[in-house]
Order: sequence, then C-alpha cells, then structure tokens
Amino acid sequence: MKAAVIVFPGSNCDRDMAVALTAAGADVTMVWHKDSTLPNVDLVAVPGGFSFGDYLRCGAIAAKSPICKALVNHVERGGFALGVCNGFQVLTETGLLPGALMRNAGLKFVCKTSPLRVVTSNSAFTNGHNAGDIVAYPIAHHDGNYTIDANGMAALKGDDRIAFSYEDNPNGSVEDIAGILSENRRVLGMMPHPERAVDLGHGGTDGQALFRGLIGAFVQA
Amino acid sequence: MKARVHVMLKNGVLDPQGEAVRHALGSLGFEGVNGVRQGKVIELDLADGTDETTINQMCDKLLANTVIESYRVEML
Repeated sequence: MKAAVIVFPGSNCDRDMAVALTAAGADVTMVWHKDSTLPNVDLVAVPGGFSFGDYLRCGAIAAKSPICKALVNHVERGGFALGVCNGFQVLTETGLLPGALMRNAGLKFVCKTSPLRVVTSNSAFTNGHNAGDIVAYPIAHHDGNYTIDANGMAALKGDDRIAFSYEDNPNGSVEDIAGILSENRRVLGMMPHPERAVDLGHGGTDGQALFRGLIGAFVQA
Repeated sequence: MKARVHVMLKNGVLDPQGEAVRHALGSLGFEGVNGVRQGKVIELDLADGTDETTINQMCDKLLANTVIESYRVEML
C-alpha cells in the first residue's frame, strides 16, 4: 500500500506516523502543506501536532492549505484517510468528517494512556479487532471534546460510524466518542494516537492492529 | 473600510472556558454572575467597497466554524 503523510508547520507526529505505517508494510511519502497535488497513494495520513500554532481554531488554517484541497479530492474519489489528534481536527474543519472538537471540558491539556473501546470492527481500520475489544492508546490534547448536533449523532450511531469510545472520558466528548468514520467508512478521525503504540519501547503495541488491518485490507484487494 | 466580526459559540453549546471565568469571578467575590460566554472579535481592514456578502463568505469559510459557532458582522 502507498501512503502519504501530510506535514504542516507545527506537525509533530508526522514522523511517528510514517514509522508506524512503514513498520506495517506501507510505502510512505511525506508531503508538504504547500503542495497542491498528492502522489498516487491509497491512504493519506493527517498527523498530530499543532498545525499553524492552533491559531484561530485547531486545524482551521491547515484545513485551508493547498494540500487539503488535494486531500478532499482524494477522499471524494474513494481514497482512504486517517487523521489523528490534530489530524482529526483538520478533517472536521475540512468537512470530511462531521462535528467539531472543542476545548476539553476540564480545560486542561490531557496527556496519558487511555483505555478505548473498539465500537465497530466494520472498517479497514478496525477489522483487526472485535467490537467491544479494549485497547490502550496514548492521548495528548487540549481540544478533544467532540461535539455534534442531535441529527449528526443519530446518523453516526445509526450507521455504526463510531469507531472508538473512551472507557474513562478524559475531555467531555459527547457519548465518550474518541474516533469516528466517514459515511463510506474510508476516513477515520480519532484523538488517541495509535502511532504512539506500535513499539515495545512505546510501552504498548495495541496500535499495530490498526495499521496492519489497514494495510492488510489493501493486500487482499 | 473596516469591519468587526464577533464569533460566539452557538447557544446550547457548552462553553467550558466561559464557565471557568464565571467560577473565577465568583471566587473574587463578584456575586450574581449567572453565566459567562467567551467569544472572539476579529477586526478586518478591507478594500473600500467590500460588500457584506463577501465578509459573510469569509466567516463561513474560515473565521467561524458554523458547526459550533455563530457570528455577527459589524461594519465600522
């Protein structure tokens, strides 16, 4: 599988993402935010960090960068995308995923390992798990308080698009949501960091299943 | 010409920062502060003749996230 990792000024998980994807077998290219075209890839990863210093709103400026127009085209053509942490914020700001991420209810930056429930196994990202499995991923964010209106929530639930939920909600997120899927299930946005849980040196390897599942989906295809 | 854009969280969206300010005012001894909502003000210095429709587009596309925020444009 070919993957691209977008780098914005202020991204700080871009290399971790590239390492995790490469370890799982992907051929990874880094792309700069000023590029207006993507290489021919199956997956675009939008990494964590503080793109453009979180100015205006987290992810807002990044979402208007030239590369994000290419990202939207990639997704509209049926391409896969994974946004983690700031990447999730960017995906909501582009409108590729519904809802928004607000300041944590406790107002504090939260940095710890968080137990998560895999809510659906029906996606290339989560098919290495059974629904109900508990995994532990690090979280590190100030604005992870997911919110969505009642109709949007009904759609997420009705279409089984909640990918992960917190077992111990750290940020006030509605319905404990930690990650959601797009309508076609090919875009996943999540606050927790699977790419920081792929090596024993990380203190856990629960994130490997996500990357292996994703890349395995392409091997079979 | 100048315009001022007021961006606020929509009614019904919980504002944790406003809540924290409300608590802080209470702890300073100010009584009767029933609620605090925190927003932002953005001042735009614009080419003369920029119409309000264009400014509204700026708000919809970038200055406000209309999923959670509302805005009001004030022409100065």
